[in-house]
Amino acid sequence: MTIPLEYFVIVSAAIFLTGAVGFLLRRNLLVLLMSIELMLNAVNLTLVAFNRQYTGDHTGQIFTFFIIAIAAAEAAVGLAIVLAFFRLRNTVRSDDADLLRN
Amino acid sequence: MNTLELAFFGACTIVAFVGALLTVVAKNPIRGAMGLLATIVGIAGMYLLLAAEFLAAIQLLVYAGAVVILFLFVIMLLGPSAQSKRDSRDAVSRYLGAGVMLLSGLAAVFLLFRTQAPGMTTFGKAPKDFGTIESIGHQLFSTALVPFELSGALLLVAVIGAVAVARGKQVDPTLLPAPQPKHPEAAPQLPAAPAAPAAAHVKEARS
Repeated sequence: MTIPLEYFVIVSAAIFLTGAVGFLLRRNLLVLLMSIELMLNAVNLTLVAFNRQYTGDHTGQIFTFFIIAIAAAEAAVGLAIVLAFFRLRNTVRSDDADLLRN
Repeated sequence: MNTLELAFFGACTIVAFVGALLTVVAKNPIRGAMGLLATIVGIAGMYLLLAAEFLAAIQLLVYAGAVVILFLFVIMLLGPSAQSKRDSRDAVSRYLGAGVMLLSGLAAVFLLFRTQAPGMTTFGKAPKDFGTIESIGHQLFSTALVPFELSGALLLVAVIGAVAVARGKQVDPTLLPAPQPKHPEAAPQLPAAPAAPAAAHVKEARS
């Protein structure tokens, strides 16, 4: 492996930034959930790269395993909430999720 | 630097970048899901480059095989109303996202060329059993057994909660738009409780 560690960190940072921008700017709830998945993937890449470099064991990969499991659970629950919200309001815009306002 | 490894890394980077950009920019969520899929495949290729074969397989199986398919199912369930609206604020936010993404990509490329220093961290030689399912499983069941079991419980709770949330029909009727049942017997969305007293009332009126 002759590719430096910094390359992986830079790629991961760019993907994380993309996910963060998408989460902050978009208004479609489905796109919001997909942006969260982008950010989790970027963090996973960083964990695996640092694990390959700095530890002799698999601690980073085990962390990544748990993050993937939690991301799957989050996607299931989030999509169920989106479905329930769509049944209630007939839209998926996050601006319309204002039932608790006032 | 090994040219073949660099080419593979570059290909994975391009696929992941284009996928991330598509995910953030796409108006149609199906295209967004396809972009997410491309990002996942690109990151799985980087896992292979980092000698984490088990994680690459898990990434493809869980993310590409389960999460993206779940997204696609929900998008198809919602139909055309899942698309982003064509109003100006949404377009501004989408293209602002694209602009920030392109800027960050340019900054990343600039950093890559600026950091061609001799002090860059190159990877050492991987241990012999690095990233195999056997060694990861050994460590997972010896040092992280309790979190592993708890993640199983978490997944079970998530499945039950998703089912409970997605099929719950007890909503406040004052928040709903006025229901317009075309055929009273073919309206499965309505709760059965308000219909029963009316039927009883009709029956009483008949008798």
